[in-house]
Parts: sequence; structure tokens; C-alpha cells
Amino acid sequence: MADVLLEMRGISKRFPGVLALDGVDFRLRRGEVHALMGENGAGKSTLIKALTGVHMRDEGKVVLDGVEIDPRSPRQAEELGISTVYQEVNLIAHLSVAENICLGREPTVFGKIRWGAVKRRAEEAMARLDLRVDVSQELSQCSIALQQMVAIARALDIRAKLLLLDEPTSSLDANEVAELFVVMRKLRDQGLGIVFITHFLDQVYGVSDRITVLRDGRLVGEYETSKLGRMELVSRMIGKDASKLERGEKRAAGGKAAGGVFVEAKQLGRRGSVSPMDIRIGKGEVVGLAGLLGSGRTEMARLLFGVDKADEGYVEVDGRMVTLGSPKQAIRLGFGFTPENRKTEGIVPHLSVRENIILAMQGRRGMWRALSSREQMEIAGRFIEALGIKTPSPEQAVCNLSGGNQQKVLLARWLANEPRLLILDEPTRGIDVGAKAEIEKLIGQLCEAGMSIVFISSELEEVVRTCQKVVVLRDGAKVGELEGEQVSEEAVMQTIARHADEA
Amino acid sequence: MKLDYAEAGSVGRPMPDWLVKLIWPVAALGLLLAFNLAFTSLFFRLEWRDGHLYGSLIDVLNRGSPVMLLALGMTLVIATGGVDLSVGAVMAISGAVAAQMINVPGMPFGLVIAGALAVSVLAGVWNGLLVGIFKIQPIVATLILMVAGRGVAQLITGGQYTTFTDAKLVYVGNGHLFGLPFPVTIVFVMLVVTGLLTRKTALGLFVESVGDNEKATHYAGISSRAVKFMAYVFAGLCAGLAGLVAVSNIKCADSNHAGLFLELDAILAVVVGGTALTGGRFYLLGSIVGALLIQTLTTTMYMRNVSPEIAPVPKAIVIVAVCLLQSPVFRNQMRRIAKWRPA
Ligand SMILES: Nc1ncnc2c1ncn2[C@@H]1O[C@H](COP(=O)(O)OP(=O)(O)OP(=O)(O)O)[C@@H](O)[C@H]1O
Ligand SMILES: [Mg+2]
Repeated sequence: MADVLLEMRGISKRFPGVLALDGVDFRLRRGEVHALMGENGAGKSTLIKALTGVHMRDEGKVVLDGVEIDPRSPRQAEELGISTVYQEVNLIAHLSVAENICLGREPTVFGKIRWGAVKRRAEEAMARLDLRVDVSQELSQCSIALQQMVAIARALDIRAKLLLLDEPTSSLDANEVAELFVVMRKLRDQGLGIVFITHFLDQVYGVSDRITVLRDGRLVGEYETSKLGRMELVSRMIGKDASKLERGEKRAAGGKAAGGVFVEAKQLGRRGSVSPMDIRIGKGEVVGLAGLLGSGRTEMARLLFGVDKADEGYVEVDGRMVTLGSPKQAIRLGFGFTPENRKTEGIVPHLSVRENIILAMQGRRGMWRALSSREQMEIAGRFIEALGIKTPSPEQAVCNLSGGNQQKVLLARWLANEPRLLILDEPTRGIDVGAKAEIEKLIGQLCEAGMSIVFISSELEEVVRTCQKVVVLRDGAKVGELEGEQVSEEAVMQTIARHADEA
Repeated sequence: MKLDYAEAGSVGRPMPDWLVKLIWPVAALGLLLAFNLAFTSLFFRLEWRDGHLYGSLIDVLNRGSPVMLLALGMTLVIATGGVDLSVGAVMAISGAVAAQMINVPGMPFGLVIAGALAVSVLAGVWNGLLVGIFKIQPIVATLILMVAGRGVAQLITGGQYTTFTDAKLVYVGNGHLFGLPFPVTIVFVMLVVTGLLTRKTALGLFVESVGDNEKATHYAGISSRAVKFMAYVFAGLCAGLAGLVAVSNIKCADSNHAGLFLELDAILAVVVGGTALTGGRFYLLGSIVGALLIQTLTTTMYMRNVSPEIAPVPKAIVIVAVCLLQSPVFRNQMRRIAKWRPA
């Protein structure tokens, strides 16, 4: 077959205690977008990394463009024409956007870097994604979504035959995804082969030509996207009938029954990030913060958890004014927070799954009242089971887990702490379809029991499905509040748009 | 993914992490001892005199004690992602305080020890404040006391070599208990105390968590300030004990030379023992083995009449070798080379 660009045959990869890939075959044709699908821990990222030389494969053969290849480092893979966006954004936080885009291939004259050219090239790369940003700002100052866009821009800047995208859209909103798809289609038409990993079925059907499904490190099959229904796809992924997978029904303001206001933010704001606003969170209520990228969702969450200090307004808990000077104080009030950036702010990578799960709980108990190892094992075991965390043992270092499973560990840390208010910033980022439903169900139960939630997601559909109330933000200010029946995707979009016109 | 218990089972239960980390330093120590067994036969001679054991092996334990004590405190500091350069100078301060106080007529011995340790803890508090609370780079923060500490010791002794003859203070560094030099008992007790302090409370978990990802730890409601502060205070206490042993050894407070460069040996011991300079997981036993390795090297070279000028060279070679063997990158490279050859 002349149109085959990449052929992987019998790829196996073993980690201590885990057979991550078990004789997987994968074939990519020229000019196609090929979705790689599977549950959390199915082996998708490992397959990508075995291709780019991050991991050495134990067995198997890779043929690119008719030539057998065996890159020993991501750098070599790039030289062979393989450009990759890894699941965990691995850029350098303290360099500028421009430097990150051009790193390792800076335009030079006689060995001297031409900074003007670097800047221009970075701007062009960003413009390809229809982004106009200041490329001289430091990367760590950018939101996770923007960092993800930078990683994509960097990958697109390489002249490649093969583009590998491992969950590039996990924190992007609809507009950015659309922008990315335009570029992907253009590249496909130029004859590139693109591998695309995502847990969003809409995106798979929106852009891919073909689908390969992995389960438990094995190949399930290769299908044409147009001939595989959604239900069938999900069934193949989870290995059982998908119709048994129940979506967490939207609780019709069920939590409201619990009644009463729990937390009330009054004219809470911080100069330069969020304008003063009121937010009221009832007991057992799920309140969504919706808005576009940079609308101040994350900033508001950080204020509520005491990560950043508010310089205007105050917060009342159970009707009493409280100080939120640090996460520690917030936790003492019964708050919990999963940040959007799980790699830098969430997981403690080299500690075990067990230690990561009990961390916040132990933090609240303090240094001297250590949980016994039996209690720790019991708690860890319970949440590994409840959230379906795939790990060979509770003692596995968290950095060895797949992305989605790391996210589950983070959720477990806070659920174990039994908070009264849980602030979730992109909690389902990278989590597979089945687990998402499980988690939604679990959260539903906890709200029945009286827990309140602040829910942030770039996936509007998810916000609308889970929240009884949605606070709409734009440019760091509150521009509307929708409640009960009013909550719908159109209503949220309209609220945002209306204020765009006014502004 | 498939849970591959079969493979894990074939080697029995996977070895605990701390055991794995102990392999290389213990192997290096074993090799060095084997070398001595072959070439320096005197090394293994033990003698029983006046109810005490004597010999090079005992000497290693005895002379290695100050560095072992320093290494215990240094382990915690390094695990938080920091480093404490001042411990050598703090040893000098502690010794100076002890020597000065013991010469005051009627001063109870307990108060002398308490005084020396209290001053050392105070030094730790100073470092802890600078690093933990004011967020000054550990190297810079502890450099202050490293440089100024010896001056403080000079001030305490009035610029003199203060000698003493008090039997109890002399016993600290020269006495024997259970047939072994008394400092060995101090080290053993401190190892147990440190082990209990870190593993029976949550301190060990907090230290490793702060060192591994400070931001995430902060978000989990753990005060990284307090954790770092405690690590430096504890390092100060350990340095104080080491200073008492050192001053007692020579029955004289020598502000210029007591503990000189020992902070470097302590850092080396910790790194050789498997704790990474970048922070995170720490290994107390590893640090002790690391300290013993360094002392065995020193004693071996002394016995083989290696001139002190070139003595650092073999030391450097052994340490580099152990560190390389611990590096996963290096081991992978080696494995790859080993794999390639037959092809
Ligand atoms: N470095 C590693 N060490 C040990 N085990 C690993 C390592 N990397 C991955 N694994 C294991 O291999 C399996 C496959 O992981 P992989 O990251 O490929 O999953 P994935 O399909 O990308 O999942 P996700 O959708 O959550 O990103 C997982 O069970 C994981 O625990
Ligand atoms: Mg993955």
C-alpha cells in the first residue's frame, strides 16, 4: 500500500507490574486524521511515546515512509519528521512564549540567535491558530489553555510528515478547538498524517477519518469513522455494552432541598484579575462558573480558596464573615480545590498514590496526628475502587499513572477530606467517558448529602448538565446569573454575547 | 493496561523503595571493605583492651560520627529541596559554648549540654526563618552563618583555644559504652529518634511532599514554611550534637577548625545515600551508609599512606561512581550499550 505513511507492528511495552502495550499494530495513511481511542490507562500515550523515543519499546517494529525507524529521543523523532504535542504540556515555564516555540531550532546567524526572527516566527506560528498574543510574555503567566495552544503552535512550526496530538484539546473551549480543527484539516489536505487522541466523542466525529481503539494495552480494532456509531465506539472502548452506561441524570435542583446558603461572596474581587462580584452558594448546590478563556473563572476559584488574597469584599460562611488568607484556612472552613493545572499544582509526582490521596486529609489533621498505615491503606483502597483508578498498587508513584488516572487521584484527595464546599477547576480534564459518568454520579450523591460544589469547565455542555446555577463571567466581571430552568447552553452563550455588544 | 502480577510475583513482592536505594551505597561500601580485606589486612584487626573494642573498623564508626550526625539533619533539609551550608560553623559555635561554660565553676554538666544545643537550635531557627519564612535561596541564606558562624565562635571563646578537663565532657567524645565509643551510641539514638520523628508523625510525608512539589503541597493545606523551618531547626540540633562530639574529641574549642568542610561531607553522604539534591524522597539509613563510606575511604587512605594532598582524588572517584550508578539515565545508557554489543 503506497499510501501508508506509518506502520507500527507488534509494539509491546512493559513497566514494572504493568504490561502497558501488548503487541499493538497501528497503521496511519497519508492525508488522514486518525483518532486513537481508549479508556484511561488503555495505553494511548504509551504508544505515542514508544513512537517518539520517550520510552524504548520492548518489542515491535516501526516503519515510517517505507524506512524502519527507531528514534532514541524525542529530538531524533523530530528530526525524522515526527512532531508531537504530549499530554502533559512540557514546555519551560520561565521562558517566554516565543522562546518555547522556537526552542532547539532558533534562527541563527553564525551561531548567534536572531531574537527578532525568533519573535516573528513565534508570532506567525501563533497566528496560524488565529491567536494574537504577546509572545514575549513568560509562559508561566499564561493560562493552561494558552499553554496548550503554545505547545500546539510549537508542533505545527516543525516541518513534519507526522503530527501526534495527545489530548491537545483537554482545556480548550469550543472556539479554540474549531481553530485547531481548521489547521488540522489543512495539514491533512497537504498530505500529513495526524494522530489525534481525545476523550471528546464530538471531536472524534468532527475531525477524524479513521479510529483505532485500544483496551488494556491491546488493539481492539481499526474502523472508518463514518461506519462506526457512537454507542458502538464506546462499547468497543469499555469492552461491554455502552447502553448500560448511564449518564448522571441532572438532579432537578435536588440539592436545594437541603436548603440554606452555605457560602456567600460579597463584592469579592482582586485588582487586575476579577472585578468585585457577589456569588451565593447554597448547601448541596452545584454552582457553575462559565465564561470564555480568560474570563476570570480560575481567578475567582483561587480567591475562594485563599490561594490569592482578595483585596475587595469578603466571604461569609454560614452567615459569618471569614478570612481566606491561605488554602490552609480555606480547608479548615471545609473547602477543597482541584486546580486546573494538575502537573504543577495538583499531584506530588514522586509520592505514591496512597500518599497523594491522604495528603489533604493528613494536612488537616496536622503533623502530629499521623494516620496509621492501616487507615491510609483503607482510605486509598476505598477511593481506588470507587473512582476506578488504574494502578498496579497503591504504592505506585503517581507520575507513573496515565493522565486521566492522575486526575482521579487528585479528585480522591479532596473527596477523602469530606469537604463541605468543593471547588473543581476542570475536574474531568482527560477523564474517559465511562469514568466521567461515574464521577458525575458520585458528585451527585455527595450533593444529596449536603456538599456544595463550584464547578468550572471549558466544556459548556458539562456545566449545563451538572449545575443548578451558572454564574456567567466575562473579562473578569460577572455579567449574569442563570438558575434552574434558565440554565442552557444557548442562554449562557447569549449572556456572554450580549455583553460583548454592550462593551 | 493489564495488571501484570505474574511479573511482579516472579521477584516476590517488589522491594521497598528504601531497600532499593540502599543497594548501591552498601555495594560500594562492601567493595571498599573487600579491597581492604585483600590489601590492607590490618584494617580488620579488632582488639579488646580494658573492656573496649579497638581497631580500624571501630575507628571508622567513631570518627565518622560527626558526619553521620550532620547527615541526619542534612537529609531532611535536602529533602525539602534546600541545603544547609552552615552546619560546620554551627559545630564550632556549639563546641565553643560548651568549652566556655564547662570552665565556669559550679556549672552543672546538664546545663552545659543544654546551653550548647540551645545555641545550635537558635542557629537553626535563624536559617529556618531566612529560608522558610523569608524565602531566601537556601544556599545564600545558610552561607551567611557559614561565614559568620566561626566569627561568632571566636567571640564566644574570646579568640582563645579554650581547653577543658571535665571528665563528663571528655566522655562525650572519648568514652565507651557497651564496648563501643560513646559517639556511636549518640548516632544510634539520633537515627532512631529521627526515624520515629519523621515516620511516626506526618513530618516525613510533609517534608517529601514539600520537596517534590511545593505548590501542590501548599494547596493541600500544608504549610511549607513550617515544614522547612523545622527541617533547618533539626539540622541545627544535629550540628550541635556533632559539635559536642568534636570538641570533646580534642578537649579544646578550636573555632577555626572544628567542623571545617564537614558540611560538604554531610551533603555528599546524603546524596550518596540516595536522597536527591532536588528534594523529595529521603533515606536516613542511606545517609548513614554514605557517611560511613566516606569515612572508610578516608581511613583506608590514611592507612595506606596516601598523602593528604591527593587523598581527595580517590574520594571523588568513588563518589562519582556511586552517583552515576544511582542515575537512571546512566543505567539505561549502560543497559543499551550492553544490549547493542551482541547485535
Ligand atoms: N512511566 C511509567 N511507569 C510505569 N507505568 C506506566 C508508566 N507510564 C504509563 N504507565 C502505565 O501504563 C498504562 C498505560 O498508560 P497510558 O499513559 O498510555 O494511558 P492512556 O491511554 O494515555 O490513558 P489516559 O487517557 O488516562 O491518558 C497505565 O496503566 C499506566 O499506569
Ligand atoms: Mg494519556
